[in-house]
Amino acid sequence: MKKKTLRSYISSFGLVIAAYAFCMFYMNNGMSRTLKGQLIPICSYVVMALSLNLVVGISGELSLGHAGFMSVGAFSGVIVSGWMLNGLAIESESLRLLCALVGGGLCAGVAGFLIGIPVLRLRGDYLAIVTLAFGEIIKSVINCVWVSVDGSKLAFAFNSNNVPGKILINGPQGAVKVDKIATFTGGFLLVLFALLVIMNLVHSHTGRAIMASRDNRIAAESVGISVMKYKTIAFVTSAVLAGMAGALYGLSISTFAPSKFDFNQSINVLVFIVLGGIGNLVGGMISATVLTILPEKLRAFNDYRMLAYAVVLILVMIATNSRSVKNFVSSLTAPLKKARKGDAEHA
Amino acid sequence: MPKVPSINESPLVPKPSGALIPERDLLSTPVLETHHLGIDFGGLTAVDDFNFTVGKTEIAGLIGPNGAGKTTVFNLLTKVYKPTRGTILLNGEDTSGMNTVSLNKAGVARTFQNIRLFDNLTVEDNVKLGLHNANSYSMATSILRLPNFWKQERLAHEKALELLSIFDMQDMAGLKASSLPYGAQRRLEIVRALATNPRLLLLDEPAAGMNPSETAELMENIMKIRDTFQIAVLLIEHDMNLVMGICEGICVLNFGRIIAKGTPEDIQANPTVVEAYLGRKKGD
Repeated sequence: MKKKTLRSYISSFGLVIAAYAFCMFYMNNGMSRTLKGQLIPICSYVVMALSLNLVVGISGELSLGHAGFMSVGAFSGVIVSGWMLNGLAIESESLRLLCALVGGGLCAGVAGFLIGIPVLRLRGDYLAIVTLAFGEIIKSVINCVWVSVDGSKLAFAFNSNNVPGKILINGPQGAVKVDKIATFTGGFLLVLFALLVIMNLVHSHTGRAIMASRDNRIAAESVGISVMKYKTIAFVTSAVLAGMAGALYGLSISTFAPSKFDFNQSINVLVFIVLGGIGNLVGGMISATVLTILPEKLRAFNDYRMLAYAVVLILVMIATNSRSVKNFVSSLTAPLKKARKGDAEHA
Repeated sequence: MPKVPSINESPLVPKPSGALIPERDLLSTPVLETHHLGIDFGGLTAVDDFNFTVGKTEIAGLIGPNGAGKTTVFNLLTKVYKPTRGTILLNGEDTSGMNTVSLNKAGVARTFQNIRLFDNLTVEDNVKLGLHNANSYSMATSILRLPNFWKQERLAHEKALELLSIFDMQDMAGLKASSLPYGAQRRLEIVRALATNPRLLLLDEPAAGMNPSETAELMENIMKIRDTFQIAVLLIEHDMNLVMGICEGICVLNFGRIIAKGTPEDIQANPTVVEAYLGRKKGD
């Protein structure tokens, strides 16, 4: 493997593992309750940021409906977990969590494939608009779905609450009385999994083909790369990961409605990766973490919370684009780079 | 459609054979044949009645004044545009059902007049993308990093460097494609096209922006590529030294129609061609 690739693997995995170790230590040494409650959502949003980065950064298509896939994953994850507990009497929480993640990912993947067929025939702004529409369609459809578990069978009803047995999904009220089985360690493993899938994909001939389709469609086709195929691969993989993130999220809170996964949620995830640098996996993960904690920390400002949040966002964007700030940062890292260059010359 | 050879089977870059290439190798089935090829854009006929043949190992040239329709012909041959009429035969087989991707797999590779590289990728990755279809491993293999992944990637790396060595570009393998100087970008496009293992290489103004010594080197390299890979080359070029120097068959296009075909000597002596380029003398 090339040195540069190896370095990016080490830095991104190292960061995630270090963050996990720090949280585990901090959790037993006075972490506030609100922050503890946020750990699993943070993992979920980190995976969302990774997944959207695959579409926006690597594949170069702007998707504004990613919350839709998260939603599909969340509800199907809740159904899988509820069915296993109430229908099949499987008590093991970690097994149920694993199955819920896989089930959520698969359902979202199928949704991603079906939506991808029409959507990926479009380009640029048109693609963004249509993904936005599909995100809203998913939300509206789930609004009308009732699911219950009756004995060992699942019962589905569309537009009617006439379902027997214990209700899992209650129409517009969404998932009710969810058995909270998601754990922080499970979330951490999911982040590692998502990171591994995306990085391995990017550094393979599939990833190269995806990036080639992004950089130059006509040239990619001229060397025998089917642009449609690779855009679909990126889109579906991203949907699967978003579904898994959704399942993790869904199983960490007791009640959530389909309206939770609306357009604002999609934009929220988009903000993570824009702020972290489009295509920059580590940056996306960091900004997902910071931007999930920040609104809660700004609760003290009450009414001015969203205002302060916006100001922080703008300041960060100005700072990262300002030449003087950049020069300052590079002057700090210059000795480090020099040392690295020296290493390379010796090698 | 012929199967794309796997990277394991195809030999690494062969050495020049030194064998003499027949001037116009038209006895066997030609690699490319077009019959009455034409395309209209709305009411405008851009190319009409284009009949042309390229032999299996021939270097052929397509010349003509600006706007004559040369690049349009290339776009028709690679199915970027769908022909309005006429047929294109590749090795005697009709290509009417094919698209750009399948045509490349069948053995047509091209470069572009306005360079189209994968700008954000490295030089090596650009070449590896040319090797994409020969480089067969599944997505699961790459995600799980199975042994086959490492094997195929190593082979692709070796082959990419060998292909780059045609133009002495091995040292640039790690650079970003967009950071290369103009001439090197043109050469990289040729290498990338060659990596797809074509039987017909279409070069759109390969010498544009090159100085005379670079052009001379390019001429040598085109000959070398033809000799080593035993493929046909069809090129569009405005540099007459290059065209007359290496092309065995030349076709002159003006206003979308062929006005002359033949050997370089024929073309140079053809009054219609001279007129198309220089205009008519007053009073003639």
